[in-house]
Amino acid sequence: MSSVHLNNIVKRFGAVTAVQKTSLEIQEGAFVTLLGPSGCGKTTNLRMIAGLLDPTEGEILIDGKRVNDVPIHKRNLGLVFQNYALFPHKTVAENVAFGLKYRDVPSSDISRRVTEALELVQLPDVGERYPKELSGGQQQRIALARAIVIEPDVLLLDEPLSALDANLREDMRVELKRIQERIGVTTVFVTHDQSEALAMSDQIVVMSAGRVEQVGAPEEVYNTPASEFVANFLGASNILAAECKSRSAEGVELETPIFGKLVVPAEKAPNLGGAGPAKLVIRAEKLLVAAKDAAAPDGVISVPATIEAVDYQGQAVRYFVRAGEAQLQAINMIDQRPFAAGDEVNLRLRPIDCAALPDQ
Amino acid sequence: MSVEAREARQPWILLSPALTAVFLLLFVPLLFIVVYSFWLRTATGADQVGFFLDNWREALSDAFYRDILLFTLKIATITTLVCALMGYPAAYVIARSKGNKALLLLLLMLPFWISYIIRTMSWINILGVSGALNTALLYVGVIDEPIQMLYNQTTVILGLVHFLLPFMILNVFVSLEGIDTNLEDAANSLGATRWQAFLQVTLPLSLPGLAAGGLLCFVLGAGTYITPLVLGGPSDAMFANLVFEAIITQLNWPLGSALSLMLLAVLGALVMVYNRYLGMAQLMKGLG
Ligand SMILES: Nc1ncnc2c1ncn2[C@@H]1O[C@H](COP(=O)(O)OP(=O)(O)O)[C@@H](O)[C@H]1O
Ligand SMILES: [Mg+2]
Repeated sequence: MSSVHLNNIVKRFGAVTAVQKTSLEIQEGAFVTLLGPSGCGKTTNLRMIAGLLDPTEGEILIDGKRVNDVPIHKRNLGLVFQNYALFPHKTVAENVAFGLKYRDVPSSDISRRVTEALELVQLPDVGERYPKELSGGQQQRIALARAIVIEPDVLLLDEPLSALDANLREDMRVELKRIQERIGVTTVFVTHDQSEALAMSDQIVVMSAGRVEQVGAPEEVYNTPASEFVANFLGASNILAAECKSRSAEGVELETPIFGKLVVPAEKAPNLGGAGPAKLVIRAEKLLVAAKDAAAPDGVISVPATIEAVDYQGQAVRYFVRAGEAQLQAINMIDQRPFAAGDEVNLRLRPIDCAALPDQ
Repeated sequence: MSVEAREARQPWILLSPALTAVFLLLFVPLLFIVVYSFWLRTATGADQVGFFLDNWREALSDAFYRDILLFTLKIATITTLVCALMGYPAAYVIARSKGNKALLLLLLMLPFWISYIIRTMSWINILGVSGALNTALLYVGVIDEPIQMLYNQTTVILGLVHFLLPFMILNVFVSLEGIDTNLEDAANSLGATRWQAFLQVTLPLSLPGLAAGGLLCFVLGAGTYITPLVLGGPSDAMFANLVFEAIITQLNWPLGSALSLMLLAVLGALVMVYNRYLGMAQLMKGLG
């Protein structure tokens, strides 16, 4: 178990800068997720930590020790790939035992540790089979067993679940988290799937175009996005132009054409200095569509609006609503019967549910 | 006609031109050869039609033919080993190269644009008594008079390697291309050095390509008569030269037929052993 530090890391491939000046501190035992769209540099970061790529600039420290010049086979890291990368010509047991052969483990211990690792991933009986005789989910468990049996200092996973079908993916998510907590290994997990990131991580590192946009606990990046990119990438958000009137201890006062004046709690607007142009961020599920005649409780803003389109999703429904000049999205749980397109409704909003960003 | 019936017929319709050609140009002549091998060439020079085992008896019992067959297999084996040792690293470099893979493959194909006979004869200009190498050595003063470097077993093997190396490289390349590079990365991350990862993962997974390339080199090498004819000495005749000699020089078609069927049987047995253990699919991949 070890900490990982990236210190001003830059990685260029010829003219392409895949990673720009990234610094990151990963605590011992933490489950940290690199989250971002395809091509934002997640894999490049992971491969630099693994030692499969050399950073162009900056240093990588594992447990405080600089590892830039330590070759991959001496780094003691567990690596899991999206396509499993099991050795097809070796049995499952031979795959899992592979790393132990290079670690002076006595042969009697090898078979015991292989058995334990297979039990940990809940596949105790497949040791004699070949990888192609297993399903995708089983193969990924074996890949995980192979990576953790060597007791790595850091476990690195590159989109390990994205080759699995949706149902299996959710099971594996729980399973992976269970195993990680059980062995307590420092884990860097790469995904482009926000729900995976939110469900599994202690810390999420949101990346875009080679840069870190925000680092924080799942609730933090979800509820208090540090940039428009983060607000849009995690869940559905409405981002409205606003005017910041003032900032005080209890909050920032914003004015928008649709919702008028409202006070967003100070901790939900950490980057907003004072008066000036700003952005109001409203999560789609925090915007409530209510019947026109129903009275709004205290502390809730209510404005008239028209439903333009309805996207039925089973237990929830996504409304596209027009309020004045703006089209907004609202994702609401269905209570009895959803509204229909063309209905005149009220949009309700609690200012404490909003976040505010400076206008870039 | 039902859709299924039409779909079942379609492959046969598409294959029929090729099948017709193979039947008429390969299978029928082969049958003639089989029939010929039981005829008998008489002292008058005419062929006596019938069912005689004389040619087969001669081909199978004469130590002269057996020795040349063994010599042929030896030359083919050495050639195959040399091609494997030289071809594997080259294929590895091409498979792992990033930007210029297409160019390297094109260079590999380049020799095929020149006739095999001309490529073989080019060695005479290089190694011959008045060839490039002798001229250079004379000029530098290393030797006083030209050395005869041609017309021996080594130059036969040299010519065969020159001819067959691209087949080996292509086959190994194709199988290396099919190996996920993450496998080597995974092996490295588990503690294997690059060399250990190669021995444990890449090499075993590329063996089918190596075997396919080896089979091609061996069969083509063992069946050649041009290379020994052009680059070999009188004692370097290979089995196909015997067939050539019997049919073209002595006009003894019955004996030539029996000899060529003998070579076919030996090489066919080898292909069958290969097919039994590795399957033809790999060979097809390498050729395609
Ligand atoms: N070996 C490489 N050569 C050139 N460009 C690369 C290479 N690897 C990655 N890139 C580029 O770097 C950027 C980041 O890639 P990557 O880290 O794979 O993104 P992600 O894993 O987030 O999808 C992309 O623009 C990609 O095209
Ligand atoms: Mg990636």
